[in-house]
Amino acid sequence: MPGKTISEKILSRASGRDARAGDVVVCDVDCAMGTDGSVPMALDYFERMGGTHVFDPGRVVFVMDHYVPAPHSKTFDLQQRMRGFAARHAVALYDVGEGICHQLMVESGRTRPGLLLVGADSHSVTGGALNAFATGIGSSDLAATMICGRIWLKVPQTIKVTLTGNPACGVFPKDIALALTGLLGADGAAYQALEFDGPAAADLDLEDRLVLCNMSVEMGAKAGIFHCDRKTIAYLQNGGSKDPPSCLYRGDDRTTESFTPIEPDADAEYSRQITLDVSRLAPMIARPHEVDNVVDVTDAVDTPIHLVFIGTCTGGRVRDFHQASRILLAAGHLAPGVHLVITPASREIERALRLDGTLDRLAEMGATITPPGCGPCCGTAGPLPADGMNVISTANRNFKARMGNATASIYLASPAACAAAAVTGRITDPRDLAERVR
Amino acid sequence: MRLELEGRARLLGDDVNTDYIISSSRKKETLDTGVLRAYLFESVNPAFAGSVRPGDVLVAGKNFGCGSAMEIAVTVLMAAGIRAVLARSFARTYYRNAINNGLIPIECDTSGIQEGTTLRLVLEDSRVRVIDEMPGREIAGVPLPSIMIEILSEGGLVPFFRKRRDFK
Repeated sequence: MPGKTISEKILSRASGRDARAGDVVVCDVDCAMGTDGSVPMALDYFERMGGTHVFDPGRVVFVMDHYVPAPHSKTFDLQQRMRGFAARHAVALYDVGEGICHQLMVESGRTRPGLLLVGADSHSVTGGALNAFATGIGSSDLAATMICGRIWLKVPQTIKVTLTGNPACGVFPKDIALALTGLLGADGAAYQALEFDGPAAADLDLEDRLVLCNMSVEMGAKAGIFHCDRKTIAYLQNGGSKDPPSCLYRGDDRTTESFTPIEPDADAEYSRQITLDVSRLAPMIARPHEVDNVVDVTDAVDTPIHLVFIGTCTGGRVRDFHQASRILLAAGHLAPGVHLVITPASREIERALRLDGTLDRLAEMGATITPPGCGPCCGTAGPLPADGMNVISTANRNFKARMGNATASIYLASPAACAAAAVTGRITDPRDLAERVR
Repeated sequence: MRLELEGRARLLGDDVNTDYIISSSRKKETLDTGVLRAYLFESVNPAFAGSVRPGDVLVAGKNFGCGSAMEIAVTVLMAAGIRAVLARSFARTYYRNAINNGLIPIECDTSGIQEGTTLRLVLEDSRVRVIDEMPGREIAGVPLPSIMIEILSEGGLVPFFRKRRDFK
């Protein structure tokens, strides 16, 4: 028998079987997460399934991030129901304003190497950055898992993605993620896992790995997984390394739980192997209305931009805001008529940005700072674009009407490219502002 | 298990994401699928919601149901009377959500199917067939894993789970 991929190893451990790609296995879930976008329906399924209690309240987490603050009294009602359930069943609840679920799953130390995590939100794949098998499910699967603690999964084949080279000035992890999405296509990794490997993958800091894993679902992937290395361990056990200054630094351990890093076998079988030399990449842009409609920024320059959004579970971390603010503050002003919306991905990130003065400086420039949450990205809360607006965003999706207006056009880019557009009023190659980029 | 149904083909393209099926921003005011069905495909085909008939079968290209894992994108279709979706491929979360609610997802070559033609779908255990009456041909679908057949034959995850209480 050939060796195993990281996914096969984690699902073998979770199912207690020799799990191989293609097998359907029943797995014990280490943690199940739901949001105010998915839990209200899950509670309906829970009741209809005859659920009376949660299998292990310590392994279920609710996060209110989609409706921050509640934009409608009915949404507030749904959140109230979620709060009531969480209190009755002793389920951990992160309330409105505490952050986006995927960021909180990482910050809270719940995401650890070797674990099987399911989340009722497609971007739950983000957790693979810490060498976990993390995947998205719907509300009915969440309800069943809340009752029995298990889920059935088909063990995915794995595409090995080897990253090599050093990114050029002005090229960021988001550009690597977009380039990969363009390369594989929106369904290029459907039903499969991505395993990231190679020297450029090892060079990525943890917050950068989160960007690639987050976007892996935009290629259809069931999971996107990194190896566990000293950066992973430093993040979990020392709250993040200080050198280079980590935006995730908190000063204490994320977790005191032990964990076992999972390495693939040298003779693991992959469905496909691709190598991406990141030194050859330019800054990338995904044009409307598909995430895989990816071009070099040079093919999109001068497109007028009306609204700039920096935030989300893809691009709303301290490092992202620092990249953007270097360009924004050097210019000192936004282009006339451009609106800038800033949404930190969590309260911890918001606090760090407040302490170092970033938020104040951006607000003084005219940016609108919104509380941590998903709202603007999916049109569930916060500023919605006006008719015909062009938006550039650090988010992961640019579908028509994604931000709540079908006549708006959404471009996806790195925080630096978004900032460059904010100061010029049009899509701009961030390398043209090279002295401010790094 | 044997399941057979017939319906009118309604053609859609590639990469139909769940936000196109029903916009996330519509979920703010209600999760009532009887209300939300009026907004089906509003951003890509505003005439669709008015023209959908119970029994219609959606016929799509690749990657149907990509994007958000929101399950309401399945239940809204069912509220409009749609019982099955044919696609060249599905996003995995949509596929699971469909099975869990008793919406039949059939992965098959949809390329020659014409709008409005009558389709007959036959599921016999893991074997899936689509009979396209217009040119009078049969298209083989990708067989379903046995766990999915069990869930589907119970009518979805709720009745399955009420009976079994677990997946073991």
